[in-house]
Parts: sequence; structure tokens; C-alpha cells
Amino acid sequence: MAGLSFDLVALQLFAGLALGAIYVLFAIGLSLIFGMLTVVNFAHGAFYMVGAYAGLYVLMLGGNFWLCLFAVPLVVGLFGLLVERFLIRPLYGRGIDYPLLLTFGLSYVMVELVRIAFGKTGYPFDTPEILQGAVNIGVGYFPLYRLFVIGATAAVLLALWLFLEKTSFGLIVRAGARDPQIVRVLGVDVARVWLIVFGIGTAIAGFAGLLAAPLQGVIPEMGATILAEAFVVTVVGGMGSIGGAVLAGLLVGVVVSMTSLIAPEMAKVSIFALMAVVLIVRPQGFFGRAGLLS
Amino acid sequence: MTRKMIKSAPITRRRVLATVGAGAIVAASPFRINLLQAEETPIKIGFPVPLTGPYGTEAQDQVRAAQLAIAQFNDAGGLSGRKAELVVRDDKLNPGEAATRTLELVEKEKVNFVVGSLSAAVQLAINNVTKERGIIFNSISQSDAINEAADFSKYTFHEALNPHMTSGAVGRYAFSKFGKKVAFLTADYAYGHEMVRGFLEVGKAFNIENLGDIRHPLGTSDFSTLLPRIQALKPDILCISNFGRDQQIVLRQATDFGIKKTTQIIAPLLSHASRVAAGPQAFEGVIGGCSFYWGIEDKYASTKAFNEAFRKMYDGKLPTDYGALGYGGVRTVLSAVKDAGSVDTDKVIAAMEALKYDYYKGPQYYRKCDHQSVQSVLVIKSKSSNMRNESDVFEVLSTDEPNEATLRTCAELGHKA
Repeated sequence: MAGLSFDLVALQLFAGLALGAIYVLFAIGLSLIFGMLTVVNFAHGAFYMVGAYAGLYVLMLGGNFWLCLFAVPLVVGLFGLLVERFLIRPLYGRGIDYPLLLTFGLSYVMVELVRIAFGKTGYPFDTPEILQGAVNIGVGYFPLYRLFVIGATAAVLLALWLFLEKTSFGLIVRAGARDPQIVRVLGVDVARVWLIVFGIGTAIAGFAGLLAAPLQGVIPEMGATILAEAFVVTVVGGMGSIGGAVLAGLLVGVVVSMTSLIAPEMAKVSIFALMAVVLIVRPQGFFGRAGLLS
Repeated sequence: MTRKMIKSAPITRRRVLATVGAGAIVAASPFRINLLQAEETPIKIGFPVPLTGPYGTEAQDQVRAAQLAIAQFNDAGGLSGRKAELVVRDDKLNPGEAATRTLELVEKEKVNFVVGSLSAAVQLAINNVTKERGIIFNSISQSDAINEAADFSKYTFHEALNPHMTSGAVGRYAFSKFGKKVAFLTADYAYGHEMVRGFLEVGKAFNIENLGDIRHPLGTSDFSTLLPRIQALKPDILCISNFGRDQQIVLRQATDFGIKKTTQIIAPLLSHASRVAAGPQAFEGVIGGCSFYWGIEDKYASTKAFNEAFRKMYDGKLPTDYGALGYGGVRTVLSAVKDAGSVDTDKVIAAMEALKYDYYKGPQYYRKCDHQSVQSVLVIKSKSSNMRNESDVFEVLSTDEPNEATLRTCAELGHKA
């Protein structure tokens, strides 16, 4: 085996951050929905998968990847709105387990419907031509497309931050998350706020699925694996904390990457080992509020 | 409640599949009237394959082609009118599940034979059950261990290639052409380990330098953290020993990392279904092995006949590598039944050992000591242009003709002379 040169370690660190960016993108939607609506969205992986298939569909209709970047979040977000309005809303106030079971079942239905519509075999999803190949980032070659994913994730985070911190609607969202009762008393339609938040969360999931498609192709089950990993990210970051999801997502990416360098066969386990350690030291995660789940 | 939901999904699929399959046979068969006359119970072949999971596509191909073998047997009159039937079960690519399903097939379904599986560890689990119960098992998935004395029994047959044969053929081709510095990226389970062992074995003759073997867990969806290290090793050849979805993803991501520019990627086994699912971009230029490719129909009449029959049964679709194994696995057992004139286990074993057959890929036979099917290995390269049809995805570079010399010897496997 070649020695651990500085360049290799640096490149490995970078690969970890790039991997982390995908976790972050997936987990922020999950965290947003949980933080605001207290809905543990087990269908998040299915929305992610739908995003990839929606992208495929747009391409089949003759669109290009850049069009997908706008069309897919829109379509998946709208789908999310319908799901919230007609399936999840009737369950508010019945505790955390009802929406959890509903979204769990929903994910099975969605995967099965996609299997019927598109078949069980996967589809290729080519990397857009302009983003193919690798570029030298100083310490070695890194795929251009993964750099694009990092940039896109940063853009989504920035937009989300601006939306939540700088708009009056964002102010209502944050207040609604803290104390929906008071916000309602102030005359705000909280139901509408939650509807939109769920839509945004699913739109981000769809966007993440689209970005992942050129990395691994498209199959109906693609959401299942990442869902487990994303829950680790949200738990480590603190359920419901977007900042926590960002930090934990990057950390998980780096931990996986560094483990891969030393003991590749342990890479998958390292994610769960990290979660165990964090839960022992800080049960609510990095930025989690205690008692959210009770 | 949630548990019920999880369990009911595969059962429904299985039922649909079985119904469709049975319907197709009845509809296709000119002898369907015989079904009503035949009072005897059918000859049942248990068929555990991973319908769900990362090898699901390949498993469905196996089922389709196996149904063709059953249909042909029945159309030809069965065993003096006694028909055959395929009993498919989903082993979920899990050795425990496979053992349970196989036990169920033997005890409850009372199957006469078992054919199937698509993973080294799973077929060993099935083999444990069948050899204990004295049921013939014809494995259609790669394994080296199954031929070794410790796992082998007189009931064990192996229609598939084994890793030693596959990696031998691909290694002999690649090591003489692309360089001596070889790095390995390997799925961390029996199949991967056996492939690497095979490559290192054949590599001795070419003095290859082993730069390192990086192992990844089965079912990895992102290889980006493993690839920088491989790049740093600067290999002439990168040998990727994994399969199914893992293979699709790693080839795609290795392409993104630009590894193909400096390194020839080889894989012991390239799956037709994976190549179709991942597209030409990811597989571009990759060289590997396989047991069957429909394109050899120009060379063998049996391949042409198999392709035609498959096309007819499945709307013009062409069979794939693992599909062909499903066909071969079932057809050899049923041929032996016919030769033996009985489903009696010992008589069928003797008939299988005596078979010299050419059903889909040129001449084959089962070696006496380990029941390994001695057969050709194709070395293939993924195509990305000039494709004749949607199944035209590989180009056959060379063929290792059937030869016992490319197998490990009976003594090496621990069989007494």
C-alpha cells in the first residue's frame, strides 16, 4: 500500500466534505419538516427517489439537466403540498407516531407505483456533458460534477437561510415552530405555514435526488439507503436543527471518508458508531432541543 | 402493523409472477389438454433467487429463462406425460432467508430438485439444506467453495462458472496486455474474495504486482471516498470484483474520477442487466468475463435456438447471462430426468454426470469429482457505439474454450481420487 501522503489525506478530506454535502442536502429537508411540523418524514427517501425519476422524465420529454434543476423541485414540491394537505394534515395533534406510520406506508406505496410505472430495472442518468470529467483541485483530481453538487448545496442552504431569516414569512415559520398556539392567536393561518414548509422540504428532497442521479443512476429503492444515513445525520445534528444537519452531515461525510482510508470495510459501520458516541455524550445531538420527541 | 406491510410486498409480487408465469406456460403449450388428463403430481423444481434486493433484475431474468426450460420440457411431453413446474421463492439475497425458503420448498412444497440462487454465500446456505435432505441442487451462481470437498456433496451441481474460471480467463487476457501493476477494489464477501484469489493465482504466471486490495461492504452506494486512494496507487489495471448495483455505481463513479484515462478497468464478471441499467457511459471500455452472451449465436446453433425460443416467449426480448444460467440449470436437471426415466435422486445424479450437453452456449459437461460444469468463458468488452439492438451491449474479445486445465484440480479441492 502506498503511504499516506499529505495530498492523499487532503484529497480524502475533500472527498468526505463532498460526500457530506449530499448528506446535508438530504437531511436539511428532513430536519426542516421535523423542526417545524414535528413530522418524522419516513417518505423523505421516496420523495428523493421521485426527484430522480422526475428528472429522468423531464429528460425523456426532451428537456436538459438545467431545466431539471428548476422543474424537479417544483414538481416534487407540489406533490409534497398535496401529500401534506390531504394525508398528513388530518393527523396533526394525534402525536408523533401517526404521521410517522403514514409516511412510512406512503414511501412503500410511492416506491411500488414507480416500480409499476418505470419498471424495477434501473435507468442510467448521464452526467451533463459540461460537468463530466475531473479537475485538479491542487491536491489531486476530483470529479467536476461533485464540485457542482457542493456548490448547489451551498446555494440551497443560502436560499433557505435568507428565506427563514430575512423574510416575514420566514419569521412566521420560526415563530410557528416555537409556539403555534400564540402564532395562531395573532391571526396567522398556521396550517398554511406548515403546508408550505412541507412543500419546501419535499422540494429539497427531490432536488437532492436529482443531484444524486448522475452519481449512482436511478432505481426505485434509491431512497432507502440514504434515508437511514440521513436519520443518523439529523440525530447527530439534533432533530429539527438545520444548522445541526449541516454540521453533522459534513462530519458524517468526513468520518466515512477517513475511515475508508484506514479500514474501508468499516466505512458503513463508522456512521453508526459515530451516532452511538454522540448519543452517549449528548443525547439531544449537537444543536437539538431536549423534549421535542416527547 | 408495519411488519405486516413489509412482508406482504414481496408475497404479492411473487404471486403475480407465479400467476403470470403459469399462465404463459398454459397458454403457450399445445399440450395443455394433457394437464387435465395428468393425474400425477408435477415434477417440482424449487427456485430460490433474490427477486428483491440489488440483484433483483438478474434474478428476474433467471426466472424468465427457467420458465422457458420448463415450458420446453412440458411441450415435449414431459416425463411420459408428467409435467414439470417451477416453484419460485425470493431469497432476498440473504443466506438465512434462503435456507428458510429452501427448507420450505423441500418440506412443504415437496420439490424434487432445487435450482437457483445468485450469490456465493446464499448458494452455500441452500446447499447445506439440500445436501442434508438428499435433494439435488444445481447452483446457478458463482462460488469456488461449493466445489470444494468441505461443501460439496453428491447432490451438489454447479452449472455456473466459478470465480477461479472467470478471473482466470479475464486475468490471462488482461495481464498480458495492459501492464503488471494491479490494484483491487473488492466487495467484502465470499464472491469478491474468491475472485481476487483467482486473479492473484493466474497473476503469478504474469508476475503481476499487487498494489493493494481495497474492500467495500456489499450494497455501497458511494465509492467516492475509496477512489482517491486507488488513484494514488497509480495502477495499470484496476480490478473491480463486485456485482449488480455495486458494480454499476462504482464504474460510474470511477469514470467521474477520471480513472479510466490512466488505468484499464477490468471486472471478473460483467452483468448484462447491470450494463443496461447503468448505460454505456459508465461501462465504456471496461473489460470483463461472462458465461453467456446472446451474440455468440453466430457461432453456436444452440445459442441461436435458445435466443429464438426466448424471443418468442418474451416479446422479442433477448436472454441475458444470468437468464441463460437459469435456463441451463433447469434444463440439465430435466434432461437428466428424461434420460433416467425417473425422478429418483440417485438415477438423476448418474444421468447428470453422464450428460454431454450443448443447450445454449456450446459444449458442456459436469466434471465427475466436483460436478462443476466444464464450459467456455467469454472475455467481453462493453460497447458504446454501433449497437445493433438494445441488447447489443458487449463485444466478445476472446473465448476460453472448455478445458479442465483451467479448473482447480480435484486434488486441490480436497476430493479423494
